[in-house]
Amino acid sequence: MTDRVDPPDEGDSTWISALLGEQAEILSHWIERAGEMLRARLTAAELARELGDLYGSLAQALPVAGADLRAGAFGELRALLAELSASRARQGFTPRETAITVFALKDAAATILEKKSVSFRAYRRFSDFVDELGLFTLESYIEVRDQAVLEQSNQLLELSTPVIKLWDGILAVPLIGTLDSARTQLVMENLLESLISTGSKHAIIDITGVGAVDTQVAQHLLKTVRAAQLMGADCVISGIRPQIAQTVVSLGIEFGEIATKATLAEALAVALRREGFAVSRSATGGVR
Amino acid sequence: MTIGGLGPQGGGAASSSAGSPQRHAIVVESDVVRVRQVVRSAAVAARLSLVDQTKMVTAASELARNTLVYGGGGAVTIDIVDNGRRRGVRAVFTDSGPGIADLDLALTDGWTSGSGLGLGLSGSRRLVDEFELESSPETGTTVRVVKWSR
Ligand SMILES: Nc1ncnc2c1ncn2[C@@H]1O[C@H](COP(=O)(O)OP(=O)(O)O)[C@@H](O)[C@H]1O
Ligand SMILES: [Mg+2]
Repeated sequence: MTDRVDPPDEGDSTWISALLGEQAEILSHWIERAGEMLRARLTAAELARELGDLYGSLAQALPVAGADLRAGAFGELRALLAELSASRARQGFTPRETAITVFALKDAAATILEKKSVSFRAYRRFSDFVDELGLFTLESYIEVRDQAVLEQSNQLLELSTPVIKLWDGILAVPLIGTLDSARTQLVMENLLESLISTGSKHAIIDITGVGAVDTQVAQHLLKTVRAAQLMGADCVISGIRPQIAQTVVSLGIEFGEIATKATLAEALAVALRREGFAVSRSATGGVR
Repeated sequence: MTIGGLGPQGGGAASSSAGSPQRHAIVVESDVVRVRQVVRSAAVAARLSLVDQTKMVTAASELARNTLVYGGGGAVTIDIVDNGRRRGVRAVFTDSGPGIADLDLALTDGWTSGSGLGLGLSGSRRLVDEFELESSPETGTTVRVVKWSR
């Protein structure tokens, strides 16, 4: 893992031998302290197993690698810490609660180190080492959370782009929120695919829910409309609100030959008419 | 090279920041989305009309994407400004990319060196009240825009 190993520090040997000599006692203090801090949100058995594994791995690496967490001998310990942070992050523990489990080792060992009259310098070295463990744990925690956020946003991306069948042969996509390039692309692909798979001849892209149409969104819209036309379908853009219309005009975008309608209802009426449906109010009015 | 179009309201230098500026990195596509959201809330806070909010957000979206795509990434500083008579939103986009060789050409409607519509720079200039563009191969590109409440 590393090519630069710090020269061994004689301050390290004293705290390391204390940690190795009094394993059982320090471990049980550690479990106790960490348990208090987590206030029973984890079963005692689970915590004991986790910390037992960590301490075991620590005790194996310390004599070999000293206090250098980057050393290869600490590979297993790093993996265990990463596992611990991943499971904490998944269970909804805060970064603080996660790191505190590790930092509790300081408190747990303090009495023993004092009893063994370990020097202040050695205690500092021990404390720095535990800080390293804690920071490593936090970093892994953040990595896991970032990954989760990414996955969620990908799921949202999929969720928020439905193609809706309004009528036989008439599809609609309501665009909502902030459109980024990836989402617009996805919407467009979905729409074109659905046109084929359902054999529909009419598509309505409704942008009532879109906050802003910039040149990139406009370009995607234009491309989709053209692609739909090439496939023999007509495509109408509806829901262009006044502020969007003004902005699009100032930008200099020309929708040219593309059909636009103020509302989804109007766009649907046009598509129905073209499909040969007659929509009219019955003579009796709104009686059901 | 510099293009400085102080808008109808003029007096860009006289306006003072009213509140703490927010700086955001622009390095991935999702940053462009976030810049739009931040500009939107600043525009609401500065009491811009719905149309003016939308214009400022759209201009910011264009400039942020240019920073990302052509500038190779950069940052934006957004703040609310006050010139004694009105409030406004200011956004300053900076990158240390290759710069723009010919500003007049880049500001021509429909001109693009990539595959865009070529309306981002020229269009956002029309959408805002103040527009200043500074660019060189050494320093990269800086675009400063302000939209005032009416
Ligand atoms: N930050 C920048 N750095 C370098 N070149 C830029 C930058 N912003 C714009 N340009 C140049 O100006 C041209 C016009 O930009 P723009 O009007 O936004 O159109 P588009 O983004 O569609 O190309 C771009 O194609 C690019 O060559
Ligand atoms: Mg552009």
